[in-house]
Amino acid sequence: MQPLTNRAKNVDRRPMTLAERAYLPAILKGMGITFSHLFKKKPTIQYPEEKRPFSQVFRGLHVLNRDEEGRERCTACGLCAVACPAEAITMEAAERQEGEENLYREEKYAAKYEINMLRCIFCGLCEEACPKDAIYLSETFAPANYDRKGFIYGKNDLLIPNPLTDREAYEQAAGGRVRQPVGSR
Amino acid sequence: MSEQLFKVTIDNITVEVPAGTTILQAARQIGGDVTPPAMCFYTPLKGSGGKCRTCLVEVSKGSEKDPRPMPKLVASCRTTVMDGMEVKSVTSQRVLDARAGVVEFLLINHPLDCPICDQAGECHLQDLSYEHGKGGTRYEFQRRTFKKHDLGEFIQLHMTRCILCYRCVFTADQVTDKRAHGVLDRGDHAEIATYIEKNLANDFIGNVIDVCPVGALTDKTFRFKNRVWFTKPVNAHRDCDKCCGEVTLWMRGDEVFRVTARKDEWGEIKTSEKTGKTGWICNDCRFEKKKASDWTVEGLAPIARHSVIGQGKYPGLQRPSETIERVLDGRKPRLLMDIHTVSEVNKPGIELSEIKGPATGDVFKQ
Ligand code: SF4
Ligand code: SF4
Ligand code: SF4
Ligand code: FES
Repeated sequence: MQPLTNRAKNVDRRPMTLAERAYLPAILKGMGITFSHLFKKKPTIQYPEEKRPFSQVFRGLHVLNRDEEGRERCTACGLCAVACPAEAITMEAAERQEGEENLYREEKYAAKYEINMLRCIFCGLCEEACPKDAIYLSETFAPANYDRKGFIYGKNDLLIPNPLTDREAYEQAAGGRVRQPVGSR
Repeated sequence: MSEQLFKVTIDNITVEVPAGTTILQAARQIGGDVTPPAMCFYTPLKGSGGKCRTCLVEVSKGSEKDPRPMPKLVASCRTTVMDGMEVKSVTSQRVLDARAGVVEFLLINHPLDCPICDQAGECHLQDLSYEHGKGGTRYEFQRRTFKKHDLGEFIQLHMTRCILCYRCVFTADQVTDKRAHGVLDRGDHAEIATYIEKNLANDFIGNVIDVCPVGALTDKTFRFKNRVWFTKPVNAHRDCDKCCGEVTLWMRGDEVFRVTARKDEWGEIKTSEKTGKTGWICNDCRFEKKKASDWTVEGLAPIARHSVIGQGKYPGLQRPSETIERVLDGRKPRLLMDIHTVSEVNKPGIELSEIKGPATGDVFKQ
C-alpha cells in the first residue's frame, strides 16, 4: 500500500538479539534517566502558595465594565450574544427612565445580563464584539462549585465595582486590564 | 400601443425592459452586485426617489441614436432607460467613489448608535455604509440634535437618525387619507415633524415604520424588547376588514414581539396575494394583535442569505428522535438543572409582548 506520507516507518519484526533479550541494560538505562532528573531544576509550582503569573492575554472570568462616572456601559445590543459561539450569553433590555442617567450610560441598558459559565469556552469573542467596551475577560478563573446552579453568572456577579464609590475594589477587579477607550463616546 | 422593449446593458449584462423603466429597476431585474443601492426610492410610493443620491450610476452610452455618454453620474431611480443604453455601476470607479462620498454625507450627522437602535440588523444604512462606505469619518463637529417629538404611543421618532428620504411623507400622503406630518425647514435643519406634536391617528400610519430605511421611525410596542436577529420571522395572516392581513410576525418562543408587513428582497413591501395591491397593513394588525392565537402561521419567512437575522434559524431542520425516552419506556430523562430555577432572563412570568411600550427596570424587579 502506498504510504500517506514519506515519514512512515515499517515495524521492525526481526527477532530480538541477545543483548535486547537480557532486558537489564535497557532497564538500567531508563532508571538512569529517571535518577538524573532528581538533580535538575523542578518545574512544579506549589499551588496555592505559589502562583504562576497570568499571561497578558489570559482570558478568564468576565467583568461588565463601567465608565469613568460609574455608569454601566452595556447597552444590551446583543452583539456579544450573537458573536458567542457557545451561546452562553442572554440578556434582557430596558429603557432608561428619567433619573437613572447616573446609572446607565445609554438610553437602553441590560436589565438582566447572564453568562452561563458552563457553556462559556472563554474564547473572548464577546469582548471583541462589544462596541461599548462593556465586557472584558479578566485574569481570574471561575471558581469551582459543587452545584451547576453556581455557574450562572448574573449582573451581580459580573458587574465591576463602582470606581467612584469603591475605587480600590474597582482597580482590583479591573486588574490593570480594563482600558478606558480613547475619546469614549 | 405595442409594448416596446429597450435593450440596456448594465455592467456588460444586457436586459430587455419595457420603455419607461428606470435604470434602477432594470438593474434589479439582473440583481446581485450590479443593482445600485437605493435609500429613498420605494416602488409602491409614487414620486419617491431622487433625494438621497446613493443610486448614482455612470451612463457611458446614452442610447443607440445618441451614443454620447452622460457627463455626470445620474440617479438611476429617476432616469429611464433608452434603447441601447450602456450603464456602469460597480464597474466604474467614479460610481464607487461617489457612493462612498454619499455615504459619508449621509453619516455626517448620523449618530450611528446602532447598539441602541432597534433597526440594527435590518437597517439599509448599515448595509450601505458597510458595503460602500469608508472606515472612518473626517467630520469633527458637533452632530445635529433635535428637540424630542412624541409621535404617539405606537411610533417612536429618532430624528437624529433620519436621512430625509421622504418615504414616510409619501406614505402618509398616499396610503393614509390625511397627512399629519411633513418635512419642516430646509438644509441641515430639515426635520420630519408632526405639526404641533399631533398624534398620527390614522389606521395605516404604522406603515411609515416599514418604509423608513433607517431607525428614525420604529415600533414603540417593540422598542428595546429584543434585537431583531434574536426573533424569528414567520409569515402569518388573519382576516382583517381593513387591510390584507398578510404580515410577518417576529416571534420569540410563542410570543409575538413585533408585526410588520411582508417585504421583498429590496426591503419593499410586497404585493399582497389576496388583493393584488401593495400589502400595507393596518395599525390593528401591527400594534394590537400580539398574540400567536390571533394569527394563522404559514412558516418561516424568507431571510436574506447574508443577513444577521439568519443566525440560529435553520429552515428544514430535522430533529433527531429522542433515544432516551424510547429506551426508558417513555420515561423522561431526569433534568440535572432546570435553567429557570437560577436564570433571571426569559422568566416565564414576564411576558414582554404584553407590555405596551419598552420594558423598564420595574418590569424586571418584581
Ligand atoms: S468568552 Fe466566548 S464562549 Fe465565553 S461568553 Fe464570551 S464569546 Fe461566549
Ligand atoms: S456587553 Fe457589549 S456587546 Fe454585549 S450587549 Fe453589552 S454592549 Fe453589547
Ligand atoms: S438607523 Fe441604522 S445606521 Fe443608524 S443607528 Fe440605527 S441601525 Fe445604526
Ligand atoms: S434611491 Fe435614487 S436618489 Fe435615493
